[in-house]
Amino acid sequence: MRLTQLMRPAFALAAAAVVAVGFGVPPAKAAPKKGGVMTFVVPDEPPSWDGHRETTFALIHPFAPFYSLLIKVNPENPSSPTDFVCDLCTEMPKPADGGKTYTFKLRQGVKFHDGTPLTAHDVVASFKKIISPPKGVTSARVAYFVMVDSVSAPDNHTVVFKLKYPSGAFIPALATPYNFIYSKAKLDADIRWYEKNVMGSGPFKFVAREAGAFVKGERNKDFYVKDRPYLDGFEAIFSSKQALRVQAIRGDRAAIEFRGFPPKSRDDLVKALGKDITVQESPWNCVLLFTPNSKKKPFDDVRVRRALTLAVDRWGGSKHLSQIAIVKPVGGVSYPDHPLAPKKAELEQIAGFWPDINKSRAEAKRLLKEAGQENLKFTLINRAIDQPYTIVGTWLIDQWRQIGVTVDQKMDPTGPFYAKLRSSDFDVTMDFNCQSVINPLLDIGKFLSADKGNESYGGYTDRTLDKMFDDMNRTGDEAEQKKLMLAFEKRVLDEQAHSFVTLWWNRIIPHRSYVKGWKVSPSHYLNQDLANVWLDK
Amino acid sequence: MTVAADVRTEIELPDRSETANWWSRVRQFVRRNPLGAAGAIVIIVMFIMAALADFIAPYNPVANAFDRLHQPPSLENWFGTDQFGRDVFSRIVYGARTALLVGFVSSFIGASIGLVLGVGSAYFGGRTDLIFQRILDVFMAFPLIIMALAVISIFGTGAQNVIIAITIPFIPRCARVVRSSALAIREMPYIDAARANGFSHSRIILRHMVPNVMAPFLIMITAFVGQAILLEASLSYLGLGVQEPTPAWGLMLQGGAEEYAESAPWIAIFPGIAISLAVFGFSLFGDAVRDELDPKLRSQ
Repeated sequence: MRLTQLMRPAFALAAAAVVAVGFGVPPAKAAPKKGGVMTFVVPDEPPSWDGHRETTFALIHPFAPFYSLLIKVNPENPSSPTDFVCDLCTEMPKPADGGKTYTFKLRQGVKFHDGTPLTAHDVVASFKKIISPPKGVTSARVAYFVMVDSVSAPDNHTVVFKLKYPSGAFIPALATPYNFIYSKAKLDADIRWYEKNVMGSGPFKFVAREAGAFVKGERNKDFYVKDRPYLDGFEAIFSSKQALRVQAIRGDRAAIEFRGFPPKSRDDLVKALGKDITVQESPWNCVLLFTPNSKKKPFDDVRVRRALTLAVDRWGGSKHLSQIAIVKPVGGVSYPDHPLAPKKAELEQIAGFWPDINKSRAEAKRLLKEAGQENLKFTLINRAIDQPYTIVGTWLIDQWRQIGVTVDQKMDPTGPFYAKLRSSDFDVTMDFNCQSVINPLLDIGKFLSADKGNESYGGYTDRTLDKMFDDMNRTGDEAEQKKLMLAFEKRVLDEQAHSFVTLWWNRIIPHRSYVKGWKVSPSHYLNQDLANVWLDK
Repeated sequence: MTVAADVRTEIELPDRSETANWWSRVRQFVRRNPLGAAGAIVIIVMFIMAALADFIAPYNPVANAFDRLHQPPSLENWFGTDQFGRDVFSRIVYGARTALLVGFVSSFIGASIGLVLGVGSAYFGGRTDLIFQRILDVFMAFPLIIMALAVISIFGTGAQNVIIAITIPFIPRCARVVRSSALAIREMPYIDAARANGFSHSRIILRHMVPNVMAPFLIMITAFVGQAILLEASLSYLGLGVQEPTPAWGLMLQGGAEEYAESAPWIAIFPGIAISLAVFGFSLFGDAVRDELDPKLRSQ
């Protein structure tokens, strides 16, 4: 598979960069102990409880333990973009029909938490909802499955995916941790039932949720993996303030936060707790964007949009913001250091990445003047989460101030924030593209036209861009893919100036050393079912 | 020449005795209410800071300076710098604008609406008064901050919505106090006379009753300003008030101030002092105004 070859260097880089520092014993060495309830902190609450619809860690961290997936990343090797294992299936299938057919055999005897059996029909119903949701139902990952022609269940324990063309992106897309397997009966009764209810077949059963406070789960005694999970239960505590989350770990009221802390918090915790804290770090397949509303004046003018990106000093920002926020690498729309990503010299040719920021800002001012927007004022909507949204949003406002643009910032909790994005009720918004398995060919689906993209909020329609994406996914030629990717980057970030990258994230997880069996990955979405986590207390 | 002399004679020169009288009243106030005078000084300093912020603040309060992150207080940055390298002193000076704007606008609007409603309720009396007071009971059952949070959750964040959120809980509080004064006024013979002359309700309320409840109204306003500043700071601290990078004292206490509380405590200490001083100042001044305007207390 060509993609697999492409991913090897990225895997090596990611694996090399994943470091465990501190004084904790490596998790895999000791014999796991059963029992205990793990408490962890979550910085936000999800807009709904439906994994197919949402794109936020706020959903994954408290709710992933309730659900099963068809396949998942190897929990022992979550940094790998190519190492997948079965969850509900019994064996990873070999592609047939020239790479166009994948047949999955399912485990027998798997039950949902209400005692009903889980069959291939449930898997098919779940993937149909993800791949081709009915009108009025949101799926955040339609573009992941552009290669899928059909999904069917010839019997109760077999699922067959037929593809339109062979694609190395299919298996990583299937392993996306949001692809929860739902009950067909529940979906048939009400396709939106899972937005407000929980009923899966995962390692933990839902116990309770208190809005603004917590989600609790207890061990699923009928879980299909023998001797799992190790924990008796978990409690996810919501806390939007980073200082409180850090203090919760410091005071041992919580064992871990799975999203990530800035360097300062890591240093404070290590200093205060010594051997009681273990730090795992990794590059992060997550980038903070800002997106103008192309449907709204004056952002329908490409000159105004280009001016906004030209004002931003990303190279300087990387150096400075990495001291106070969870961001660092400079990159384009594709994961930095991936073979498909532009090299630094190529990136420096794209607007907003020019090495000379003064020249860049002079051009921004010229464009604004030409567009009659010298005194541009607008509101930046942002998500009310400290890291990195508030920090980067505040930094951006200062960058724009330097070309004479005045910006107000409006922070909204996750629910209202998404509501505004989805209804295009904004001038310019902070936006993000956080993906799970490193897979740039699909990860950039975020930037497609509004009717094609995964949560594409800019309101633009660009069929040339859509075709580039399609061509990239259909060709097996690496050189051609790289050429197309560079053209895609230039078109999104520069020529059409649809949406803009700020900085990529850097993941730092300091956790109590007694938490074992959990390994950091380049995504805060991966490896979160907690089946292998145990407490060394 | 004659004309000039005539002009000079026609101009009303400031009455030296009036000026002296004013100063003597100020001196009297200071003697009677030294704490109130201290509060007034704090308020005057706040006003000067807010009005002349462009001249007083040595740095742009929103400009990032990454070469000066977390600098401790020094001659260059009197109150140190924050996590963006912004000058804390400059942000406090500009923050006075936010505090006074939110404090005065919300207090004045809230108290004014409360004044009219309170007097109206007392004037009409009977069932109108009964129903209206029960509605006020419902509003007053909620603590100020809870009420403000509820309003913010409906209208959203931002300076304008913070003013609305703070104004609404002030209305019933002012209406209740003003009503109690207005109940006594309603029974006065001149109100009966106004009714007998066939004056409209609005004329009686606005021209004959409202001017006579101005003392409790002014006392309420001065008391509200301090509360409003504290409330604005609380909402901003919770991330529900004004937003970054606007300089606002409560906002300065969250984010970096919490994260760097140990290594850079000045980020939190100075805005905390500013809030305390402002609330203390308005509280002392409000008490003094009450003492001055309340005849019973004055006679003591």
